[in-house]
Amino acid sequence: MRPLNHAPTVEVTVNGEPRTLEPGTGLEELVAALVPRYVADGTPQGVAVALDDAVVPRGSWATTAVVPGARIEIVAAVQGG
Amino acid sequence: MTTLHNPAPGRATAQDVAEDPLVIAGTTIGSRLVMGTGGAANLLTLEDALVASGTALTTVAMRRVAVRAGGEASPDAGIWALLARLGIRALPNTAGCFTVREAVLTAHLAREACGTEWVKLEVIADDVTLLPDPLGLVEAAEQLVRDGFVVLPYTNDDPILARRLEDVGCAAVMPLGAPIGSGLGVLNPRNIEAIAAAARVPVILDAGIGTASDAALAMELGCDGVLLATAVTRAADPVRMARAMRLAVESGRLAARAGRIPRREGALASSSPEGRLDLAL
Repeated sequence: MRPLNHAPTVEVTVNGEPRTLEPGTGLEELVAALVPRYVADGTPQGVAVALDDAVVPRGSWATTAVVPGARIEIVAAVQGG
Repeated sequence: MTTLHNPAPGRATAQDVAEDPLVIAGTTIGSRLVMGTGGAANLLTLEDALVASGTALTTVAMRRVAVRAGGEASPDAGIWALLARLGIRALPNTAGCFTVREAVLTAHLAREACGTEWVKLEVIADDVTLLPDPLGLVEAAEQLVRDGFVVLPYTNDDPILARRLEDVGCAAVMPLGAPIGSGLGVLNPRNIEAIAAAARVPVILDAGIGTASDAALAMELGCDGVLLATAVTRAADPVRMARAMRLAVESGRLAARAGRIPRREGALASSSPEGRLDLAL
């Protein structure tokens, strides 16, 4: 993870709510930390992530850094329709 | 799209279903009844209802995970594991999307989360009527087809709009019978019949079903399938209603293929007048 201008914290929005992260937090760590119930044997299941209105494919989570001001959506399938 | 031909007499219903499958985008779906999962009181009842309905394709919605609760899923998130256990194919929808942008992003998220390119596309005009926005719907459908999705759009009961959706490459069209959750049945049977007659892709009546006869009528009008949720999940006895819907869809399909008698103005005796008694009483 690249350092983010030596900022002590990174302010982002996750599912519409403000959240403070450690600098250098990657998307994969973030999902594992925030929604552990969707991670089985280290592999996220039934969950998808958008960063600033663009879907981040599962394979890119590990290499995607979360930058200050990022808007992150974490969604899953629920009953409906 | 419906094919009318005469099945052999005396054939069992199960055989009829097996020999006359619903095929969407080259994939055979084991039942012409597509279920939604919205509105169920709890997962146990929903599971029993899904089994009783015989459905092989079932919609799910995409929603934000409750991050504040430490990743605790919303109470209705167990649907994913349930469908996997029952071997039912999940059809993610874009319910709640009012713009093309929202619908397209939601479809992309659904593809990533659910591992399927199939999407029930909804672009809703407003939250009072819950009617599809025709212009946004066609635009979103065209975009998603281009992005490689198998698009099943929830549409109005308008034959021309259905044609446009087919033209941009949708794998099926799903016209409403009546507004979502209204239970009013098929309000414009002539339009539904016209859509079914003209379509080259499967037509699935979606929304408005209240009871079993509505589902049977949709099939008799030439639809290839019926999608319903509320009519089952909010019935007093969802499991019994699910079974009723299964039978209604099968009955309606059989009737459509059997070729009904023409309607006529007057009575027509079914017993021959030959050899009847002629008593001068």
